Parts: sequence; C-alpha cells; structure tokens
Amino acid sequence: MSNKFEQTRQYYWFAVPGVLTFATLVGGSFAYNIYLSFNEWQGIGKPEWIGLANYERLIQDRVFWISFLHAFEFILAMSIIPTALGLIIAALIYDFIAKHFGNAVSTFLRISLYVPQIIALPVVGILWAWMLSPNVGVINTILRNIGLDKFALNWLGQSSTAMFALSIMMIWIQIGYTIVILISGMSRLDPYLDEAAQLDGATWFERFRIVTIPQLYPEISVVLLTTTVAALKVFGPVYVMTNGGPGDATQVPAYFSYFHFFSTLKVGYGASVATVLAMILTVLAIGLLKFQRKMGVLR
Amino acid sequence: MSVKRKKGVAPYLVLVGLVFMALVWLFPMYIAFINSFKPEQEFVQNGVLALPQDWDFSKFSKFWGEVNFSKKLLNSAQVSLFVALIGVVLSFLTAYAIGIGRVKGRIWILGFFMVAFTIPQEALIYPLYSVSKMLNLYDNIWSIIIIFGVMSTGFGTYLLSSVMSTFPDELLEAARVDGASPWRILRSIVLPLLRPTLFVLATMFFIFTWNEFLIPLVMLPSNDNQTVTLAMAVTTGQYTSDPTARAAAALIGFMPSVIFFLIFQRTLMRGITLGAVK
Repeated sequence: MSNKFEQTRQYYWFAVPGVLTFATLVGGSFAYNIYLSFNEWQGIGKPEWIGLANYERLIQDRVFWISFLHAFEFILAMSIIPTALGLIIAALIYDFIAKHFGNAVSTFLRISLYVPQIIALPVVGILWAWMLSPNVGVINTILRNIGLDKFALNWLGQSSTAMFALSIMMIWIQIGYTIVILISGMSRLDPYLDEAAQLDGATWFERFRIVTIPQLYPEISVVLLTTTVAALKVFGPVYVMTNGGPGDATQVPAYFSYFHFFSTLKVGYGASVATVLAMILTVLAIGLLKFQRKMGVLR
Repeated sequence: MSVKRKKGVAPYLVLVGLVFMALVWLFPMYIAFINSFKPEQEFVQNGVLALPQDWDFSKFSKFWGEVNFSKKLLNSAQVSLFVALIGVVLSFLTAYAIGIGRVKGRIWILGFFMVAFTIPQEALIYPLYSVSKMLNLYDNIWSIIIIFGVMSTGFGTYLLSSVMSTFPDELLEAARVDGASPWRILRSIVLPLLRPTLFVLATMFFIFTWNEFLIPLVMLPSNDNQTVTLAMAVTTGQYTSDPTARAAAALIGFMPSVIFFLIFQRTLMRGITLGAVK
C-alpha cells in the first residue's frame, strides 16, 4: 500500500509545469482583474482603492443590464434554437440520409453545415455585414427581386432589427456544432430499441421523441451548456459588425468591458463587468463538471 | 433489395430539404467568391447575385498585397503551430498525472482547469496587457504564443484526462509490476497509444488559435505582427465603400480556414465529438 502511494506521488511531478503555468497566467490574471475591479484606474499611475464603488455603479448602469439581457437573447439564438433544430436535422441525417443514400451524402451535408463553425468570427462578421448591407447586400437584393421591397430593411443600422439580424447569423454559425455532436451521440445508441419501437408501429417522429431524445440527454446537456457559455462570451461579431450599436441595441458584456478598458479607460469599471461575467460562467462550468462526473467521465 | 423497395418517397423529401439547407448554408461563401472576381462596373450593372462575365483577379491580388497577407499568414501559422505544440505537451503531462497517475486531489486539479477554462478572456485581458508591457513582450507574437499555449491546457487537460482515465488498468499494472517508472510508462506505453489523440488535439488547438481575436487585437497593435484573423477585422473597415473589394477580403480571410478544414475534416470531427461526451 505504501508502495502504491509512493508511486502516485511520483506522478505529481508531471502536473507541475501545466498547473504552475496555468495558475500563474490564468489564475494570476484573474486575481489581478478582481483586484482592479475594486480600484479606479486609468491604466497609468497608481490604481486607487475605491472598494465596491464600481459594483454599486454597475447595478445602476442601464447599459450593463441591457448587455446581459442581450447575452441571454444570444442564448436563444446560439444555444436553444440550434440545439432544437440540430436534434431534428441530426436525426434526419442519421435515420434517412445515411441509411438510404450512403455516407458520402451525409458527410457532404455535415461538412456544409459545419463550415461556418471553422471560420473566424471576425471574418464571419465581415461576410454577414456585407450580406446584410442595406443597399447592395445580398439579402435585400433577394427580397427586392421577389417583390418584398418593404422588408428590405437596414438590418444592422436600426435598433429594432440589429439583434434579430445578429441572431440569424448566430443560428447559421452554431447549428453545425450541435449537429456533429448529436449525430455522434446517435451512433452510440442501441439500434435494438429503435427497431423494437418500429415493430410496435411507432412513427418516425414518435420514435425520435420517445426513443432517441431520452437516450441523448448526455449529449444534449453538453451541447446546451457549451453553447450557452459561448453565447455569454460573444465579442468578435459585435466588434466587427455593430460596435454594440446602434445606440446600445447590440451591447453585450464582453464588448462592454472591452469598451471601458480601452476606450473610456475606466479600467476598474471594465474589470468589474468582466468579473461579474466570469462569475456567471464559473457557476455554469461547475454545473457542467458536476454533470460530467455524474455521467462517469472520471473514475 | 427489399430495403430499397421500402424506401418510399419520404427519404427523397428529406434529401431535397437537407440539400437545399446545405446550399443555403454555403450561399454566403459562394456569394463572396463570385463577387471577389466581379469587375466593379459589372457589380453596379448586374448586381450582387449575377455571375461575373469577365473574371477579374486584380482585387484579390491587390488586397493580398495591400495588407501584406503573406506576412499575416506566416504570423498566424507560427503562432498556431507553437501554441499547438506547447498546449499538447503541457496538457499531456498534466493529464498523465490525473488520468494515469490518479494522483490524490485530481478532481480538484481538473476542476480548477475546467472552471478556469470558462473564464472569459475579457477577465484576463487587462492584466495580460499590463504585465506584457512590463515584461517587454507587448507587440511581440511570442506573448500570444505563451498566452494561448498555456490557456489551451484548460481544455486539453480536461480532454486528455478523460481519455486516459479509460486506459486499460491491466496494461499499467503489468508495467508497474515489472518495475517500470512513471516516466518509462509514459514513453513506452501511453505516448505511443495516445499519439492519434494528441494529433487530434493539436489540430484543434491550431484552428482555435488561428481564429482567436480579442487577445491578438489587444496585444499586437503593429501591422507586421498581426495574425490573419486580426488583420481581417481591422483592415476591412477601409473597404466599406467598395463592396467587391470587401468580398475579396472575406474570401481571402476564410480561405485558409476552409482549406485547412477540408484537409483535416475527419481529425477535427473526431476531436469535437471526443471533447463533448466521453
């Protein structure tokens, strides 16, 4: 027994470089960020300790609340809708396409739907800013061609449609991720259950709802959680496409803190926004970890 | 044959619907492609949807030259390659202690990596910015190589630990009984068996790093140090008045990623699904 403990102890050395560098760089930076959130600082000179004043201001800042409201709207566009649609599409690809038309067709579909995922978000932003442009943009050109002129709006230029336009783009980006994960989940399922239900005369949709979905709970939760984390972190498209505007119509927490760090130079205030965002995400991550443990990832 | 007869019309409807959807998904890229090669007067006359009649390659090469794209490609490749290397080595060693060594407190170590990995970059960026200025690493691509190399170990350790914790016990026990040291077990048993997974992880790190935006934006202000993704975001503002030049910029921006993806598609898909549920 003592021999075994001795052996285990030797293994600690392997974790030293990774833990040390990670703790210094990520842990240290985060601790410093929290410290800054209790200070007033312009980025030069000495930070001035002001206690909780930044957080008190934050609670009263309308833009702060709006930015979080938008982050939660992005959860709908980046997490809930892509997961729901992804489930249906994944099941269709898995049950119909792969079975009847072979792997080549199903691979083509998966790759096409996944491509938006691998393009850098700023580049996606450029592409879509251009698609959505009011005069020469693709979407408005198509709308005019089919006689829907009155729907050819200045999508990103007016507050009433800017979030909607970004959300459509987010669905376009995210769906490939959910489909790929869910299809891989389906391939681990026991086909026997599905066949048994089929023999009992269940329709495709009934089998999808009653047999497939419950078995996919692990994948569904992982997809929901990871995409929710991504939704709360949105920065690139807002930076490239709208700068949080018009007005504050597309303001999000990540951009809001960046704005205070590097534009208004209220570093302490930006740090307090980032800290709140980090806290929310940490709670989510702990949820994910607990869930994964329950599923037996770690022995 | 009997399966074929039962096919009916439903699969064909599904096929048509999904192929249509896939084409809609590819449509923005197609549009960027045809407009990059469309002469400007044709764009004005025929609009954004028409195919180019004269293929004009000048915008493509003009944008390439103006932003010195070759240099950005080199920067991005250098950063992504070193990050992949550093990230895989650090993650592998840490995951080895957790997954194979089963060191005490491994749940806490892993929990720390997991939680820290979800901390948004916004909550790290200002400290990283001011410390890198102190260390004279500001505006140096090595600063972001170090940052991303270390940061990627969050995800990497999580993924490799869960892979290694499924490692067959008998194999390890046999080696230990034979008196093999942890270092020896790593070299002769674990590393050879895990090599494909490490390659998957490296590929993922490469493309994640390639697409990173916020940290390069803050850390690399000068033109010569920009990565592809950063250059795309900060230079295209100049081209807003010229829609075809913008299309060319978007095309140049996403081409490297798409080509890379098509080559490593299988590897990446494996990694993505590996990361989700083990």
